[in-house]
Amino acid sequence: MELVYAICVGFMSACGIFLMLRGHTFTLVIGLTLLSYAVNLFLFASGGLTIGAPAVLNSSENYADPLPQALVLTAIVIGFAMTAFAVILAMRGRADLGSDHVDGTEPFDPLSEEKS
Amino acid sequence: MSLFDHLVIFPVLIPFIVAVVLLFPSLNNSLNKQRVVSITANILMIVVAFSLLFKVQEQGIQVYALGDWSAPFGIVLVADLFSVLLVCLSAILGLAVTLYASAGEDKIGAFFHSLIMFQLMGINGAFLTGDAFNLFVFFEVLLIASYSLMIHGGGKQKTQANIHYVFLNLIGSSLFLFALGTLYGTLGTLNFADMADKVPLLSDNELLIAKSGALLLLAVFGLKAAMLPVHFWLPKAYSSTSTSVAALFAIMTKVGVYSIWRVHGAIFGDQAGELANIALPWLWPIALLTIAAGTIAVLASKSLKVLCSNLVIVSVGTLLVTISLNTVQAASAGIYYLIHSTIACAAMFLLAGLIQQQRGQAEDRFVAARAMPQAGVLGFIFALLAIALIGMPPLSGFVGKALILQSVTDASQAMWVYPFILLGGLVAIIALSRAGTSLFWRSNGENTSAIKGHPMQYIAIGLLVAILPLMVIFGGTVTDYTQLAAEQLKTGLSLQQLNEVAK
Repeated sequence: MELVYAICVGFMSACGIFLMLRGHTFTLVIGLTLLSYAVNLFLFASGGLTIGAPAVLNSSENYADPLPQALVLTAIVIGFAMTAFAVILAMRGRADLGSDHVDGTEPFDPLSEEKS
Repeated sequence: MSLFDHLVIFPVLIPFIVAVVLLFPSLNNSLNKQRVVSITANILMIVVAFSLLFKVQEQGIQVYALGDWSAPFGIVLVADLFSVLLVCLSAILGLAVTLYASAGEDKIGAFFHSLIMFQLMGINGAFLTGDAFNLFVFFEVLLIASYSLMIHGGGKQKTQANIHYVFLNLIGSSLFLFALGTLYGTLGTLNFADMADKVPLLSDNELLIAKSGALLLLAVFGLKAAMLPVHFWLPKAYSSTSTSVAALFAIMTKVGVYSIWRVHGAIFGDQAGELANIALPWLWPIALLTIAAGTIAVLASKSLKVLCSNLVIVSVGTLLVTISLNTVQAASAGIYYLIHSTIACAAMFLLAGLIQQQRGQAEDRFVAARAMPQAGVLGFIFALLAIALIGMPPLSGFVGKALILQSVTDASQAMWVYPFILLGGLVAIIALSRAGTSLFWRSNGENTSAIKGHPMQYIAIGLLVAILPLMVIFGGTVTDYTQLAAEQLKTGLSLQQLNEVAK
C-alpha cells in the first residue's frame, strides 16, 4: 500500500510542478492545486499509514496518529483560501495586463516569427 | 491568574481583535475613526511589547501554553529575549507605518488598517510561536495579508508584481508543508524544543530524510528572506507597492531570517549530533553571493525605491553571514544589525514616498526634475539615512557593521567576510551619493504644483530616524541585551524545561 500511495503522491507532485513551469497563470493555478493535493496526501501519510484504526487514544489497542489529520485539515483550509485568492488574482491580471502570461506580456519567440 | 500572566499572547490577540473590530459598520464607514482606533491599537501594542520585554528580562523565558495543553501535544508560544525584541521592533514599525498611511495613503483602497493589523498579527505570531506547524499558519496569515496589501489601491504595475509575489509564495508554502511532513515523519514532533531534543537521537536511515526536510525548510525560509537564487521577486514587489506597505515589508524578509536562525541555528545547531549545522555549508556561499548580487543591483538601480529594495537584499546577505559564522558573538552582532537595518530601510522607503510625492511626474527616479518644495528637510533626512545605511559613523549602521567584522575571528573567514561587507559599504556610498545628487541637486526650476508632506508623515519618519542615534547612545545596553539574546538562542530550552516554565 505504501508503494502505491507514494507513487500517487509523487506522480501528482510531478504533474503539478510540470504545469507550474508553464508561464501562464491558468496552468499555474491548476499546477498549484495539484501540488497542494499532493502535499495534503503527503502530510496525511507523515504519521504512518494505519488501516482500520480510529484516530482516538484509549478506545482500542490500535490507533492512528491523530496529529497529521489535524495538520492536513488546517493545510486544506489554508490551501483552499490561497487557491481562491490566486484564481481571482489571475483573472485580475488577465484583465489589467491583457495577457495571462505571468510576466504580463508574451515573451518573444523567434520560432513563431519565422513560420508566419 | 492575573491578566499579566497572559501577556505573551497579547501581541497576537490585540491586532486580531482590532482588525475584526475595524470591519464593523460604524468604524468601517469612517476613515477618521479607523485611523484613531488603529493608531491607538499600535501604541497599545508598543506598550504591551515593551512590558513583555521587561518581563522576559526579569523573569527569563516566558512560555504560554494555549488552552493549557502542555507541549508537545498542545501549541506553545515562547517569548525569549530575541523574539520579544523583534515583537517590539514590529510594533514600532507598525506605528510608523500607520501614522504615515493616515496622511492619505489609506484612502486609495478599502480595509487598509484592517489588513495592516492582520499583517502585524501574523508577524508577531511568527516571532512568538514555539511550534513549526504554527509557524506555517502564522506565515500564511502574514502572507495573505501581504498579498492584499501589496495590491492595495490596484494598478497595472502592482498587479504584475503581485502575480510573481503571490505565486512564488504559494509554491513556497507547498514546499514548507512537504518539509514539515518529512520532519514530522522522522522526528514525530513539530515543537521546536522537542525537535531539538530528538534530532540527535535519529537512527541512521532516518538521518537522510530529516536532513532533506531541514534543507527544504532552508529553501522555503530563503524564499521569504530573499536569499540569493530566490531573491529576484523582491525589488519589483517592494518598489511597485505603496510606500507604507513597502516600509512594513522591510520586516518581512527578517521573518525569514529569524526562522532560519530558529530552525537551522538552534534546532539543527551545534548540539544536533549527526545533523549539526547542516545548513552552514550552503549558507556560507549563499550569504556572500547575496551581498554581491544585492550590491551589483544597488549600482544598477534607477529609482530610490528600487535602490532601497536592493539594500534590503544586501542587509539580508549580511545577516546570513552572521548566521553562518555560528558563534554567540556573531549572532549578537547580527541581532543588532537586524534591528538597525529594518528601521533604516523602512525609514528610507517612507522618505522615498515623500520624495515621490513632491517631485510629481519624475517620481523617485534618478532624473533631473523640478526642485522639491521641501528639499531642505528631505535632503537632511536623506543624508542621515544614507549615513546609517552605508554604515558610516556616527549612526547605528557603523556600530552594527563594526560588531559583525569584530565577531569574525578566524582568518580564513575574515578573508571572505571583510571584502564583501566593506566593498558593499563602498558601493552603497557611491550609489547613495549619486542618488542624493540627482534627486536634490539636479533640479531645474521651482515646483509649485507638487503636494507638500503631511506632518503625520514627518512624525512617522522622525520616529524611525530617532531610533538610529539612540541605538548608538545606548549602544552598551543594547549590545548587552543582544548578547544575552544570542546566548539564549544558542542554548534553547529542552522540552522538560519548557513545560516547567509553562507551569
